[in-house]
Amino acid sequence: MKGLIQAFAAILVASLGCMYLASYLNSSQGYSGSNTLTIYNWGDYIDPDLLTKFQKETGITVIYQTFDSNEAMMTKVQQGGTTFDVAVPSEYAIDKMKQENLLLPIDHDRLPNLKHIDSRFLNLSFDKDNHYSIPYFWGTVGIIYNPELTPKDLVFDSWDDLWDPRLKNNLLLVDGAREVMGFGLNSLGYSLNDRKEEHLQEALRKLQKLTPNVKAIVGDEIKMLLANEEAAAGVVWSGDASEIMDENDKLDYVIPKEGSNVWFDNMVIPRTARNLDGAYKFMNFMLDPANAAQNAEYVGYSTPNKDAIPLLPEEISSDERFYPPEELTGRLEVYDNLGKRMLSHYNELFLEFKMHRK
Amino acid sequence: MAVRNRNFFLVPYVLWILLFVAAPIALTLYKSFFDVDGAFTLDNYVRFFTPVYLKMTLSSFWYAFLITLFSLLIAYPAAWLLTRTKHKQLWLLLIILPTWINLLLKVYAFLGIFGTYGAVNRSLEWLGIGAQQILFTDFSFVFVSVYIFIPFMILPIFNSLEELNPSLVFAARDLGASPWTTFRRVVFPLTLDGVKAGCQAVFIPALSLFMITRLVAGNRVITLGTAIEQHFLVTQDWGMGSTIAVFLIIVMVLIMFAAGKREVRR
Repeated sequence: MKGLIQAFAAILVASLGCMYLASYLNSSQGYSGSNTLTIYNWGDYIDPDLLTKFQKETGITVIYQTFDSNEAMMTKVQQGGTTFDVAVPSEYAIDKMKQENLLLPIDHDRLPNLKHIDSRFLNLSFDKDNHYSIPYFWGTVGIIYNPELTPKDLVFDSWDDLWDPRLKNNLLLVDGAREVMGFGLNSLGYSLNDRKEEHLQEALRKLQKLTPNVKAIVGDEIKMLLANEEAAAGVVWSGDASEIMDENDKLDYVIPKEGSNVWFDNMVIPRTARNLDGAYKFMNFMLDPANAAQNAEYVGYSTPNKDAIPLLPEEISSDERFYPPEELTGRLEVYDNLGKRMLSHYNELFLEFKMHRK
Repeated sequence: MAVRNRNFFLVPYVLWILLFVAAPIALTLYKSFFDVDGAFTLDNYVRFFTPVYLKMTLSSFWYAFLITLFSLLIAYPAAWLLTRTKHKQLWLLLIILPTWINLLLKVYAFLGIFGTYGAVNRSLEWLGIGAQQILFTDFSFVFVSVYIFIPFMILPIFNSLEELNPSLVFAARDLGASPWTTFRRVVFPLTLDGVKAGCQAVFIPALSLFMITRLVAGNRVITLGTAIEQHFLVTQDWGMGSTIAVFLIIVMVLIMFAAGKREVRR
C-alpha cells in the first residue's frame, strides 16, 4: 500500500512538473505572444506555400492546426485551452458560435481587401452584414454521375432524374437530413428551408418513392464508393464531388435547375484570439485576389473572390459546375437555422425515409 | 481498525461505480425528461411509442436476435472443437486475435471485400455465378456483425465446456445414450450458463449497433443505436436520445433478469 501511494505521489509530481515545463516552454517560445498566429482550419484546406509567403511578408510565425468536423472545432474553442486566432467554420456552425458568444465581431475597416468579395456571398442569413465572418470558400449540393453507367438521356439537370426507374438500386445519398430533405423539397419546387408541415410530408412521400433507387445512405465513404464505381450516381457536396472527380475523371457533377443548397466556409475570429492584429493581417492576406486564386487552384473549391476568378486558369474559372452562372446561383439557398425543434422534426422525417423498405 | 481499513479499500470501487455507473445512468434518466428547448416534459416517452420508433425497436430486436442466433450456431460447434484440439491456447489466441484490431478498420475492410468489384464478387464471377449485390444488404449486415461478435460468444461457451466433467459424458454413453441424446440431455444443459453469458454478451451490444448499420448496411437497417447517435450528434435533441437509451437500459435489465431467474429455479 505504501509503495502504491508513493508511486501515485511520484506520478503526480512528475505530471505537475511536465505541465510547468510545457507552459514555460510555450511562453519562452512566444506561443502566446504577439508574434505568433494560431490558425484553425479543415485538413488540407490551404496552399502551404501561402502560409510560408505570409510568414515572410509579415514576420509572424504561423501555428497551423486542423480539425475534421465543425463540432470538434466548436468544442475546442469552447474549452479555450488553445489561443486560436483565426478559424474556418461552416455557415451553420458560425450561427451557433454566434449564439454562444464564441466569436469576436470583425472590423471591416481593417480588411481593405474585403472589396474583392462578390456581393452575392456577403450579407447572408447566417451572418447579416458579415459582422462575424468573412467568406473563404463556397460550394453547392448536387448530383454526381457516371455517364458510362447511367442511361444516355439522363443528364441530371433536374432532381426528378434521380427518380428514373432505370437507376434502380444504383444511387448513393449523403447521410444528412438537411441535404436529403432539401432536395426532396427542391424537387417539388419548395424552398429547402420550408417549415410547412404539408410540404414536408409531401417531400417525405416523394422521397419514399425514391427508395427503390437508393443503394445506400452513407457518410464520408461516399467518395470512395463513387470513385470505385459502386453506384452510378450520388447526391454529394461539390467539394466531395471535386475530390471524387480527381480520383475518377469519368464522373461528372451537375447542379439541378430547380435549385439547391449553397454552403460556405468562412473565416472567423474566435473568442480565444490573442493576436487580433495578426488575425486581421491574415484575413486580409487571404482576401488578396492573387492569393485567393492560388489557394482556389490548390484546394479545388470555389472562391468567393470575384477579382481572383480572372486570375484562375481558364479551365477552372469557366467550369460551370463549380462557378455556376448567376441565373443558377440565384436559385441556390443557404440553410437557415431552423431552430432545434424544426431541425429535430427534419431529422425524424429523414429517419422515417431511411426506414422505408423497398 | 480492521473494519475501517476494509472500508478504506472500498473507496476506489465505490467512487468508480458512482462516477461511471450510477451517475451516467442517472444523468441519462434526468435528460430524458427534457425537450430540445430544455423544458421539462414527458413528451419524449409519448414520442417513443409512435410508429417510427416502435418500428425501429422491432427491427433492432429482430436483427439483434438474428445476430445472436447465428453467432450461437457457429460458436457452439467451434467451442466444442476447440476443447478437443491439441493446442487449445494457440487456437483460442487465434480466435481472440481479431478483437485486437480496431472495429472500424475491420468494418472498412468489408467495404472492399463485399464491393461490386471486391474479392467476393470477383470469385463469384470466376465461378460463373456472376456479381451479386452483397454490400448494403441484410446479409452483409448480419454477416459482419456475427464476425465481430463471435469471439464474445465462443469464450464463455468454451469455458463452460472446459469445466464439464468428461466422466459425465462417458457415463451417459455407457448407459446407452446416443451421441445426440448425450448432447441434448447432458452436455447442453451443463453448458447452458456459458450459452446464456455468450448470448447476453452478443444480444445487448447488438441492440445498439450503429457504425455498422451505416457502413455495411448503408442505412438500410436502422436500429435504436442509429437513432441515439443522430439525436446526440445531429439534432442535439439529447432528451429524445436519452429516452431511447433509457428504454434500452430497461430492456437490458429485463433480459439479464430473465436469464438469471431460470438459474434460481434450477
